[in-house]
Amino acid sequence: MTAHNNVPRTLPRFSSTFDPHTLAEIRRAAATGIYDIRGGGTKRKLPHFDDLLFLGASVSRYPLEGYREKCGTDVVLGTRFAKKPIHLRTPVTIAGMSFGALSANAKEALGRGATAMGTSTTTGDGGMTPEERKSSQTLVYQYLPSRYGMNPDDLRKADAIEIVIGQGAKPGGGGMLLGQKITERVAGMRTLPAGIDQRSACRHPDWTGPDDLEIKIEELRELTDWEKPIYVKVGASRPYYDISLAVKSGADVVVLDGMQGGTAATQDVFIEHVGLPILAAIRPAVQALQDLGMHRKVQLIVSGGIRNGADVAKALALGADAVAIGTAALVALGDNDPVHEAEYEALGTTAGAYDDWHEGKDPAGITTQDPVLSARLDPVKAGRRLANYLGVLTLEAQTIARACGKSHLHNLEPEDLVALTIEAAAMAGVPLAGTEWIPGKGGTY
Amino acid sequence: MNAQATAPLAADLTFDLADQPLRDLNAALHKAGVETNARRWHVLNPNGRHAVAVGINAPLEIEIAGHVGYYCAGMNQQARVTIQGNAGVGVAENMMGGFVHVKGDASQAAGATAHGGMLLIDGNAGARCGISMKGVDIIVKGSIGHMSAFMGQAGSLIVFGDAGDALGDSLYEAKLFVRGAVKSLGADCIEKDMRDEHKALLAEKLAAAGLAGTVDVSEFKRYGSARRLYNFHIDNVDAY
Ligand SMILES: Cc1cc2nc3c(=O)[nH]c(=O)nc-3n(C[C@H](O)[C@H](O)[C@H](O)COP(=O)(O)O)c2cc1C
Repeated sequence: MTAHNNVPRTLPRFSSTFDPHTLAEIRRAAATGIYDIRGGGTKRKLPHFDDLLFLGASVSRYPLEGYREKCGTDVVLGTRFAKKPIHLRTPVTIAGMSFGALSANAKEALGRGATAMGTSTTTGDGGMTPEERKSSQTLVYQYLPSRYGMNPDDLRKADAIEIVIGQGAKPGGGGMLLGQKITERVAGMRTLPAGIDQRSACRHPDWTGPDDLEIKIEELRELTDWEKPIYVKVGASRPYYDISLAVKSGADVVVLDGMQGGTAATQDVFIEHVGLPILAAIRPAVQALQDLGMHRKVQLIVSGGIRNGADVAKALALGADAVAIGTAALVALGDNDPVHEAEYEALGTTAGAYDDWHEGKDPAGITTQDPVLSARLDPVKAGRRLANYLGVLTLEAQTIARACGKSHLHNLEPEDLVALTIEAAAMAGVPLAGTEWIPGKGGTY
Repeated sequence: MNAQATAPLAADLTFDLADQPLRDLNAALHKAGVETNARRWHVLNPNGRHAVAVGINAPLEIEIAGHVGYYCAGMNQQARVTIQGNAGVGVAENMMGGFVHVKGDASQAAGATAHGGMLLIDGNAGARCGISMKGVDIIVKGSIGHMSAFMGQAGSLIVFGDAGDALGDSLYEAKLFVRGAVKSLGADCIEKDMRDEHKALLAEKLAAAGLAGTVDVSEFKRYGSARRLYNFHIDNVDAY
């Protein structure tokens, strides 16, 4: 186009379809021949808890006094079969994140923060470290397809066992830990050569399908004398059926992780395009529990993009018994903190957007195995920040619950909620704000 | 627990699963050494029960008179377990140590993810024998099914008979020795030279299983990882 005097020009216009990010990705793929791998959860905007609002009490409902009237927050997990269920003071738990993906100091900090607030933390793909067992009062031991480091001594030391079938960030995908992070210690715990790219299996090696899962659960119970709660964790994809089958297989607790859920390292295309947002997955899961007469008997823990006390309250109101946090816990420890901005820029990114966790160069010392970087994270101070944050989540959830007139967080219910968008109304099964309309009501899963 | 199980200093102990619950058997085995000094246990009428004798952490000798279901001797740490029959899926899964002997055939995923000890199978083993093995030694006197030693990380798998399709697919450092025919090799698994050190290793494992001299170690071929998939490389994309 040639410029003529006084003729208005068409401004350069980017395509919505081929936006700058998309163009850059095409160029990157063309130059390297490999997909993008990164950490974290989905970055695109999804229907989420922000699309819901609480109604609060008024003439027809009676609120509780903010600071004086009690609003309980405790939760008991594993009441179905386990001889020793878990008692937590707050329904916000720390999700499974592996030693290997995270530094030993980060794992210790998670244990310290969770313990200070009376909640649980979880191991991950790579086994249990003595540091995290020591720093965690209540520790959930993950039983993953890779079975790295799996052993009966640690199983007996655990307070609960979580059979991981999938993760929200990558339902149907296995783990990935690239060579940069496979140090001698990590390799030793996983019985692998140091420095190799480790891709863990996506299916369990010794069972397939729900009938086998039932037998596997029986074995784990027999192994541990029926003491420990057994969780089954699934990524959100077909929640009604997956939760039904997990319950039928004998789970004490089911963990449902939505697509916003973080990961240590996965293909970006997987993170962004596979699975359901957690908002869409909770109601079908709860419906499954209700249809089996198991709601509140088999506890439901949900995760994927939980950030504040409102998210916690909304998840519980939709029928969850507890939530789990991964990404937010890492941010509380110091992940993506602007104090490291110069270093993030040197890595070609900026604070808040850093997601190359698989490279092991985390300036905050969290998603790394580099001893110098790891040493930057003080597990005591970071643990205190996490405890503070967990405290705020709990207080915020209580604030909302009291406003809705509830003496316990578990008394929150879908009737306390409305949705801001038609999508959220349909997914969460609550009315569009200002209407009595619940789109899709009466349908089946 | 039954009266027998609590009797102190009993040298032998019999547990009949036809009229005693499996739960009591496993609980008694877990307390062995604390509540009983019995070292030899006889388990009668297993009748294909799952999770028989799992999680044992004492140097017991357990003789199971019949066929067992899934996960027999799972996560064994110290016991010598003999199964006088066939074993279902995942026998000795995730074993850490000790010795598990299947007198009959074993189903799929025998010795899956096991870290140590020895698993001896007199008959054949099904698919995925030694899947994700992490240090165990597995000897199969018969043949093994497809996808055996998939992602095998460490330990040795010794097969007197044949191996099915895709042996050692995505193998890490587990060592595979097969005397018979291999239907096909999985991604990144190759035949390797059988040098004297490997013959010595094989002889040592056979001796440990009480099989010294029963087969000629020079009749075996050795298979291992080509280590081409250890770090992602775009030229290997077809293999992923
Ligand atoms: C660094 C990191 C490592 C993770 N490692 C594991 C793992 O080993 N096993 C697992 O089941 N989930 C793993 N996850 C997923 C979390 O358990 C959890 O499902 C997710 O983080 C929850 O979503 P949120 O991050 O939005 O809170 C990991 C997540 C992160 C961020």
